[in-house]
Amino acid sequence: MAERPPLDRPAPDGHGGGFSRRSFLKGASSVIAAGGVAARSLEAGMTEGAEAAGAGAPVISGETEITLDINGAARKLRAEPRTTLLSALRVRLPEPLTGTKEVCDRGNCGACTVIVDGRPVYSCLQLAVDLQDKRITTVEGLGSPEDMSPVQAAFCRHDALMCGFCTPGFVMATTACLDKHGTPSEATVRHELSGNLCRCGTYPHIFEAAQTAAKSRAGGGLR
Amino acid sequence: MTEWIRPPSLDEALAARREHPDFMLLAGGTDLMVGAIARPAPVGVIDLFGLPELSGVSRDPAGGLRLGAGTTFAALLTDDAVRTELPALWAAAREVGALQIQARATLGGNIGTSSPVGDSLPVLLALDAEVEVASSRGTRRLAYDEFCTGYRTHALGGDELIVAVHFPADIGRRVQAWRKVGTRRAQSISKVMFAASVERGADGTVTLARLAFGAVREQPIRALAGEQCLAGETPDAALAEAVAAAVLTDIAPIDDVRSTADYRRTVAGRLARRFVLSLA
Repeated sequence: MAERPPLDRPAPDGHGGGFSRRSFLKGASSVIAAGGVAARSLEAGMTEGAEAAGAGAPVISGETEITLDINGAARKLRAEPRTTLLSALRVRLPEPLTGTKEVCDRGNCGACTVIVDGRPVYSCLQLAVDLQDKRITTVEGLGSPEDMSPVQAAFCRHDALMCGFCTPGFVMATTACLDKHGTPSEATVRHELSGNLCRCGTYPHIFEAAQTAAKSRAGGGLR
Repeated sequence: MTEWIRPPSLDEALAARREHPDFMLLAGGTDLMVGAIARPAPVGVIDLFGLPELSGVSRDPAGGLRLGAGTTFAALLTDDAVRTELPALWAAAREVGALQIQARATLGGNIGTSSPVGDSLPVLLALDAEVEVASSRGTRRLAYDEFCTGYRTHALGGDELIVAVHFPADIGRRVQAWRKVGTRRAQSISKVMFAASVERGADGTVTLARLAFGAVREQPIRALAGEQCLAGETPDAALAEAVAAAVLTDIAPIDDVRSTADYRRTVAGRLARRFVLSLA
């Protein structure tokens, strides 16, 4: 799971904190992260809310409602400063988007790759509160099973997956690469997909899929 | 982490820094968010990502390049001046993590983290970079080898921020080199990094030599014995062997999860030798 809800702190509307320019806020109380080595101490180690904000700087203290631009739609959710974009997508959204996968949760594997303002990033390394003025695209924003994007269709055609868990991340990284280069060389594709790992070893098919998708996009049907 | 502050300007960032000395600075978050698993959680974060006054490449009055501390490695890669005048830094930027990391990771963040395996740091030593820091009291500039003081430590004051990195005006004249050795080409933490720059006289002698390594000591270092061996000489195969031997007296690698001291010594010597051979 991306994020364990704080056990001792329900989020009563408007009480846990808020987006403000106030100079003094008492925010969250302590929190126990439930189980597992994956529990981030960033989340586990919450202590009493900090005092005093910077001179007029935007401050978020405790849980607050934020709005993210996801796949072209404004989506409201409640988030804390520690909430990653990954957990915002998978857990915090009222209607979660679970296409983005959580694997390593530490910026290594690429399974959680999304596109923010045109660049591929690891959603596990982004704070959701930091992205309120950014355009976020997830795999759900590319296409649907009935109406796949050229990259998604090419992954199917080339059998570019086995277990499929890394696939959404690879599809996003490939989409970003083609958005940037049009018809990239294989060397460019390899370089730009090097932040994504596939433990099943489907790389050759992924690289073929990227080439096919590039051609299909060049021939129209851009998405 | 209960509090998050994103200052809209440098002045407000410095004010926030003064008022919250216990808050962690988040430049791009690619290290902080990972390290969060192993470290006590910060009470709060001052988020500097995208702060306009810290971003971008410009020319300072002395004619050197000034790189904003908040400039991402992705942005450095698209800058023509960086590519042509600081090819060693450009090459390092291309090998920091992978694209997803380069989109967020910043030069200033690398400096602030001050890890012995920070990819850009040997380049700063090899290119005589200076770090510009600011506080409400004013700004100051320190050579990078004065700024970095040890294992993950540096000379940044509690109320200061790293705002820029400066390079000498004539840096583009130097022959520059960069090499990173890791388990795989992308997304690996380095076992050994090597950065170098030299200037040469009309007769081919090396008139200025800078050799720097990462991951072979508790902090990024210049290989001073290696530099002394190289300076004033004309590169050839014998000199390459001599420099390779000399740098081994500069480094003190350890065995750790990523590699062994023996391997690091072997690789460091070879990197130095190949660099000198490339000049022959």
